Parts: sequence; structure tokens; C-alpha cells
Amino acid sequence: MRDVAVIGIGCTVFGEKWGSSFRELFVEAGALAIEDAQLSGEKIDAMYVGNMSAGRFVEQEHIGALIADYAGLATRHIPSTRVEAACASGGLAFRQAVIAVASGMEDIVVAAGVEKMTDVEPGTSTDTLTGAADREWEGFMGATFPGLYAMIAQDYMHKYPLTREQLAQVSVKNHFNGARNPIAQFQQEITLNTVLKSTMVADPLRLFDCSPVTDGAAAVIVAPLDRAKEFTDTPVKVLATAQASDSIALHDRRDISTLDASVAAGQRAFKMAKLTHKDINMVEVHDCFSIAEICAIEDLGFCKKGEAGKITADGETALNGRIPVNTSGGLKSCGHPVGATGIKQVYEIVQQLRGEAGKRQIDGATVGMTHNVGGTGATVAVHILGRA
Amino acid sequence: MVGIITYGAYIPRYRIKIEEITRVWGGNAADVTGGLGVFEKSVPDLDEDAATIAVEAARNALARRSVNPADIGAVYVGSESHPYAVKPTACTVGEAIGATPVMTAADYEFACKAGTAGIQTCMGLVKSNMVRYGLAIGSDVAQGAPSDALEYTAAAGGAAFLIGNDNPIAVIHHTCSYTTDTPDFWRREGQDYPRHGGRFTGDPGYFKHVEGASRLLLEQVKKTAKDYTYAVFHQPNAKFPQKVAKTLGFTQEQIAPGLVVPHLGNTYSGASMVGLAATLDIAKPGDRIFVCSFGSGAGSDAFDIEVTDAIASPAFKRDAAPGVRKLLENPIYLDYARYAKHKGKIVMQE
Repeated sequence: MRDVAVIGIGCTVFGEKWGSSFRELFVEAGALAIEDAQLSGEKIDAMYVGNMSAGRFVEQEHIGALIADYAGLATRHIPSTRVEAACASGGLAFRQAVIAVASGMEDIVVAAGVEKMTDVEPGTSTDTLTGAADREWEGFMGATFPGLYAMIAQDYMHKYPLTREQLAQVSVKNHFNGARNPIAQFQQEITLNTVLKSTMVADPLRLFDCSPVTDGAAAVIVAPLDRAKEFTDTPVKVLATAQASDSIALHDRRDISTLDASVAAGQRAFKMAKLTHKDINMVEVHDCFSIAEICAIEDLGFCKKGEAGKITADGETALNGRIPVNTSGGLKSCGHPVGATGIKQVYEIVQQLRGEAGKRQIDGATVGMTHNVGGTGATVAVHILGRA
Repeated sequence: MVGIITYGAYIPRYRIKIEEITRVWGGNAADVTGGLGVFEKSVPDLDEDAATIAVEAARNALARRSVNPADIGAVYVGSESHPYAVKPTACTVGEAIGATPVMTAADYEFACKAGTAGIQTCMGLVKSNMVRYGLAIGSDVAQGAPSDALEYTAAAGGAAFLIGNDNPIAVIHHTCSYTTDTPDFWRREGQDYPRHGGRFTGDPGYFKHVEGASRLLLEQVKKTAKDYTYAVFHQPNAKFPQKVAKTLGFTQEQIAPGLVVPHLGNTYSGASMVGLAATLDIAKPGDRIFVCSFGSGAGSDAFDIEVTDAIASPAFKRDAAPGVRKLLENPIYLDYARYAKHKGKIVMQE
């Protein structure tokens, strides 16, 4: 296998982008990535685009061809493939691009993610997202994602000494980081009271425990490491790509409040990179709900099971902490355009490793990790990236 | 100078509280009232509709000033709830006040701003000497589907403004409009209830157009918010008008007299006009009033109004008809079942 590097990154501002169509979003992100890599479009060999449900959100399918077409590459007939794994679609698109380059099949490959979610009413978006769970055993019975993650939270709080305030601190910390991220949907800090007094969604999760519905797109360009210097002075090496799956329904899991796919993907990634937790300077985890970040920190091994609430409250996951988590603001503050999130995580880690993260910059960062979850943990993609 | 000769408002006596609606449909009343700034809304009686409300408002206007109804050469009624799809409410009003038959009449629809569009039409007719007086009315028994967010605010009420240039109680110095094709809120022919784009009704709908028309007017008349005694904005809830007022530099004190939505609800075509009526109820000669309506679809009409000495003269009897605050007094509260009956939400056997 060849070593692979990220040579260009681009991301739209996330939010309610009523002035931008689905295709405008990915064209903007793609153009930014191409510009960043100082590429011309004709050098692109292939594309992978993560997208969960354009069919239901904007009634557009056949996204692979669409993205190549609107990237101006229709006449070059490059292979362009849509990747779908619910909210992990972006992470898997990135992994496919990395595999394509590592295998030697392709050289310059775009990995993108895009979702436009605000063109439908809230009931439709909630139901569309429910498609990431088991429709027959969960969705048809009335379960929604806030409901399913609330069950994880209930189970977790029954087993471990997580307090409501510790859980709220996840959102407070992520909003603090997001307030320092120019692409974030919500660029304002909040307090514990903001979370604790917000509307109840599904006990114990309140509005400010939940990531929002978001429009946005992100794109990164990967190339063989030995060619990376042709395009950039600051290539970032892909040290590991890992993916794992689990039962699609939450009730079929060995343990409701442990995402075994996160555990498996994390272990595979560390093994592939020949690194341990101590080598990671910061990690972007999939905080679709505050409880998801608590589980992720533990499932990836950054602390023991049951301790994530305490280390969050103690500031160990803050920008200046032992292991900064979600320096971008995470899904909570940055927004969660589901297909784009996995790519945005890579975008954030590359910015950190290049030293371009501005007020969120982790000094001396050399290795970072991304963790992208589909559904309640039926798919997980983990990547480790390092300064080349 | 063209202006307001007289005005009148009407609000049905019945109310339903937000907590009674949340009792039936679920949800937290405190969250709703906290989010909207609305505590209760008016409900029409069993035999009240947009036409009867328009007539009541017109009669209240004419009670305040001696005007020969035959001199009213135009009647325009703006509403989203005209009782008939084909057969003008304006004819009913014209007949009821004795303005027929030598007059022109039409019903207007522009979501919540059809009434102010009627004022603009009347201004044009008066300025061009086509009519002596024109009557513009905004009136609605507002529609909101059961359990929809609109149900918390969709209210009933209206206001009528007689426009002319014969010693007006308030001169309309200038008006301008800001209009685009924006699908934020709509109801197709034959549908019982409107649909809306949720949060999309905010920034790209209400705020873009109200700010657009307001800034345009201030620029055209070379004034700032400080030059006005009062300001009235379309009030689908209490939060939107307060937010846009702040953005434009108006104070809470300037908008307080015209902000009637907390205990009235959103009277759609009547909303900004009832707010203007409530402001004129307390206005003194020399007061300057800024008005900006909003109708989904979408557009805003802005007005620069100055109250004249006529409002305090014997020719105008402000107390001859009830003011808006008076109309809000002594409500009769309904439970949801009687509210549903009043609103025709219960499907009856043919």
C-alpha cells in the first residue's frame, strides 16, 4: 500500500443556507479544496461523495454524477461515487478515497460530503434521519434519534455516576470552541444554564444536548504522499483508516451505552498507525448528542468507562486540556449536515496539524484523530492523521 | 395632504389562553409564551367572520367622524379569510355602511399586508382626485391548523382606515413597498389551513422585507428612528416586531402603544392596522408614527405618518368608538372545545 496525504481542504460555512442550493454547496466546498491544493480540475482522477439522503431532503439522487458534472468534469468522465452510511457517509467517503490512492488505482482523489437539510419541515427531517436506525424495529415503533440517544443516556446514567451538569458541560465546551470557528453554525458561547433550562427533547436530553439540522459541504483532496509536495508545503499524512459495523438496532447491542463499533474501529486505527492514545493531540468525535461524546471518549480509550463526564467537567477535553475533544465545536456548535460531517472532521484536524486553526489552535499538534458515527453506532469510521 | 380621516378597530370578545391549547396538544405553555411573547388570542363568535369584523371596524371609524357615506368612492378589504372565494367582502361592507352604489370595491389578498396595500390604493385614488374618500380595511379570522405552531397566535380582528385629503387627523407623508417572490407561508385554493416554512418565515421572510421597506422609507424621507414618536410593525408574535424595532434603532417605548399582540394574537391582515389604531388612540397632534406591515409571499408596506391638530378638534370624536385597549378588556375565555366550535374546526354532518 502507498502512503496517502491530504493536499487540499475546503468547507462552506455551516448553517441554514437558504440562499444556496444543494449543488452550490458542494461546488463551493470543492472549489475551496481545489484552490487550497493549487490544483486544476483536470488532474482529478476520481471522486467520492458522502451523502445520506439527498433523495428525501432535496429529491435528488444520483449524487456521484451530479457532483462530477457540477465540478466541471462531466466531459472527462471520471469515476464519481456516492457513499452512504447515514451520518458516517463523509467518513466512509474519505476512507474510500484513501483506499483508492493507497491501492495505486488512482492518484488525485476528491473526498467530499454534502447535505442540505433545511428545505424540508422538521417532521420530515426527523423522519429522514430515522432511516439511519432500524426502520422496522425502531422507526416504525416511533423511535427517533433523540429518543434512541436518550435511551443510551438513561442506560449510561443508570450504570455510571454521570451528572446532568457534567453532560451539559459537553455542549458548553463545544460551543466555546465553535465560537472560535468561522465555519460554525452557532458561533456563540453558552453556559450550563443554557443547556439545563432549554426545552426538554427526550429525557434526559434537552435542546442544547442535541446537534442541529444543518446545510453544508466539505471537501478534501488526497494524493500519494510522495507526490504531495507538488501541491502543498504542508501535506498531512493519513496514518490510519479504520471502519467497523454493528447491529443496526440499538436493542440488539451487547451493551446499550458502549458503541462496540467505536471500540473496534478505534483499536484498528491505533494498530494501523502503530500509535497509542498518548500520541493523539486532539480528536474530533461524533457528538450528535452530548451523551454521544461521553461514550466516544471512553470507547476510543481516552479514559475509562464511566469517567468521561468527570474528565469533561475537569476541563481535560477543553482546548487547553489533556486531550482536546472537538476543537471545531463538534456537531453541536459547528452544525451537523450529516453527509458532510465526516469530511469536516478531517478538515478540522488538517487545519490543526497545519497550524491554521486560529483561536482554536492546539500548540504543537502533530497527530489528530477523527471519529464519525452512523446511526446509533452501526457504522463507525476512525482516521488518524499526522504532520507529514 | 392625503391622510387618515378617521379610523376604527374591532376585536371579538372571546379569548383562548395558550395554556388551554397546550393542555390539549401537549407542549409546555411557558416555553410557548416565552418563545412567542403571546399569552392569549382572540376568537370570533359563532356568527363572526372577516366580513362582520370589517363592518364593525368600518362602523367604529364612521362613528368618530361625520362623513357622508356616499362620498366614500372606494372600499378595499384585505383578508386571508374572505368568507367567499368569489363574492367580494368589500361589497358587503359598502352596503352595510351606506356607501353603495356609486363606488368601486374589491377584495385584496397579500397574506398579512393586504390591508395596508388597500391604504396605498386609496391614497392613489384620493391623490388623483378619482374619489373623495377611500376606505381600506384589514380583517381576518386567522387560520391555523390544529396543533400547528400557528394555532397559538391565529386570532380574529380588524381595523378600518378612511383615507382622504379633507382635514385628516394624520397626514401620510410617504409610503413605499418592498416585495419579492418568497414562499415562506401559503395556502392553496381549497385548502383549509395555511402551511409555512417554519424558521424560513423569519430571516428570509419577515426580517428581510420589514427591514427592507423600513430602511427604504427612512432613506427616502431622510429620517431616522429617533425622529418618530411611535412605531408600529407587523406583529405575528411579540418577538419579531421587538427584534426588528431594535435592529432599526426604535426603542421599546416607541413600539409599546402599538404592540397589542401579547393579549390579542395575530390578526393577520388586521395586525399592523390594529397596532396603528391602538397608537392613534393615544396620539397627540405633532406625533410622528412609523408603520411597517408584512405579508408573506412576501412584502412590506412602510408609512411615514404625522398626527395633525384635527385629531384633537371637535370634528373628530375619538371617544365615540372604543379604542383597541378598551376592546381588549373584559374578555370571555373559552375552553378548547368551545373554541373549536367557534372556529368551525368540528366537522358537522351535512
